Amino acid sequence: MLAYTLRRLAATIPVLLIVALLLFLLLRLVPGDPAAVLAGDAANPEQIARVRASLGLDRSMIEQFGIWIGRLARGDLGESFYFKVKVSELIAQRLEPSLALAALTLAVAVSLALPLGALAARRSGGWLDRLLMALSVLGFSIPVFVLAYCLIWLVSLKLGWLPVQGYARLAEGGWPFLRHLILPALSLATIHIALLARVTRAALIEALGEDYVRTARAKGLGELRVLLRHALANAALPIVTTIGTSFALLIGGVVVTESVYAIPGLGRLTVDAVLARDFPTIQGLILFFALLNIAVNLLVDLSYVLLDPRVRYA
Amino acid sequence: MTDAARSDSSWRRALASGAVRAGGGLLLALATLALFAPWLGTVDPTLFDTASANLRPGALGTVLTPDGGSAPHLFILGSDAYGRDLYSRVLYGARVSLAVGLFAALLALAAGTLIGIAAGTLRRADGALMRVMDGLMALPAILVAIALVALWRASLGAVIVAIAIPEIPRVARLARSLALALREELFVDAARALGTPAWRIMQRHILPNMLAPLLVQGSYVCASAILVEAILSFLGVGLPPEIPTWGNIMAEARLHFSEAPYNLFFPGAFLAATVLAVNLLGDGLRDALDPRALERR
Repeated sequence: MLAYTLRRLAATIPVLLIVALLLFLLLRLVPGDPAAVLAGDAANPEQIARVRASLGLDRSMIEQFGIWIGRLARGDLGESFYFKVKVSELIAQRLEPSLALAALTLAVAVSLALPLGALAARRSGGWLDRLLMALSVLGFSIPVFVLAYCLIWLVSLKLGWLPVQGYARLAEGGWPFLRHLILPALSLATIHIALLARVTRAALIEALGEDYVRTARAKGLGELRVLLRHALANAALPIVTTIGTSFALLIGGVVVTESVYAIPGLGRLTVDAVLARDFPTIQGLILFFALLNIAVNLLVDLSYVLLDPRVRYA
Repeated sequence: MTDAARSDSSWRRALASGAVRAGGGLLLALATLALFAPWLGTVDPTLFDTASANLRPGALGTVLTPDGGSAPHLFILGSDAYGRDLYSRVLYGARVSLAVGLFAALLALAAGTLIGIAAGTLRRADGALMRVMDGLMALPAILVAIALVALWRASLGAVIVAIAIPEIPRVARLARSLALALREELFVDAARALGTPAWRIMQRHILPNMLAPLLVQGSYVCASAILVEAILSFLGVGLPPEIPTWGNIMAEARLHFSEAPYNLFFPGAFLAATVLAVNLLGDGLRDALDPRALERR
């Protein structure tokens, strides 16, 4: 287990370095002076000079990259010229709403997709399976912000059940917090429900055809127990893998959803930073999202060991 | 069965598939609307007349013509807060969406295939190229596109390139694995034994056999590109607001959403239908052209 963990950890290091390199190059590829871009459109020559010195722009590219990596290693993402605070502080302030939205979305997606996928797999080829798979193509195709406005129109404006937009911190109480997140999480979860239900269905159909399922049935186990204990346990790997590979999609969705529902999280911050052309903040946010994505996929890799003992010996 | 015969029958199977017909038909209809927009009862989508602002769908109003006159016009889908014809804007918006989808997909396919083949055939470049692709893949696609557009300032070309770049790694991975698998095929071995030059093997044996899976992947890239373009416009970081795109129309409509929700729903429905059409086409092509996918079902 330890050797496997260390091996997976080591495998992420080159990816981390490449991500840092890509974000480093992003600003060097801009036409014009990177120091002027980073300092912002309204910067005076003195501020530009300060940025130039801190980036070491007078030195060679390799040295500049070294400085950039060194600052990242210390957790220093630079300073936002628009918000006038450190980017790392800015991210910490805006983290809660985004994490809450992402976590609730994943919870909704998994708790709906698994039963739906299982239902489709049990009735594979039947009308229910076809209906569910047709709905999954639909759910996969409807853009998150279009769905978000459909839900706002129906649930908030016509029925008046939930607030149109806004956010309540968890500290303000559980119900206000949840009330504001239900529609955003449903909008964002739809595409993930569609994706996960498809994968669950395919994995279960394969597992249900295996010998051990026939054995389990032959020894008189109930259908539900066969499905949960034998088929689903063996279908867990592709399902968890899909959660990992679709996490980047989830992050992108968070950016859009927060914008529609006026949730003051990292996604809203990203859009504000882009509109203000606040490049230290954009760079810091993308780096943060990339790290999160890499970390989640590392966790997915590590969860294989728990889900499937065979991985340990591979 | 020869190679050519096998691919002939799978193309025929693709054309017979319900998903391909439905998706392809819908897409064809949308493309026709986009292409023939000027002759379909539209006016210049930038024309406005504040006297005809916020009209309901089907209302009769007027538009100001460039020469200063005023002409009566039927607002099939209503008008926006400036008095512009929503129907015209949605139809012209289809041009942007379809162009971005098509060209971003072609660009990502070309670049990804090139990188993938290079990685699959040049042993020395393989590691470095694929690590860069891994790194790019760790970055959420929308964020990369947003950052690039913000750096370059949005024009149609910049938006297409910015959307295509984060789609390259997936294509490259696919092309690399295809190239690696095809290199070991018997017919490639045979061609090599006959003394066929490498470029000719590539042209006659490798590339044609990569076409079907790449086409399937390309359709998914196209769907994703159309979505990302709409998102960029909707967030206000894409093409400038004077260009009618579905995202731009929706971004303006959200300000008056409670009074005129259809201003947002009409372009939204077109967007959803387009993405659905491309996805259906992709799914149908995958099932018909990729025999392995068929066995897995």
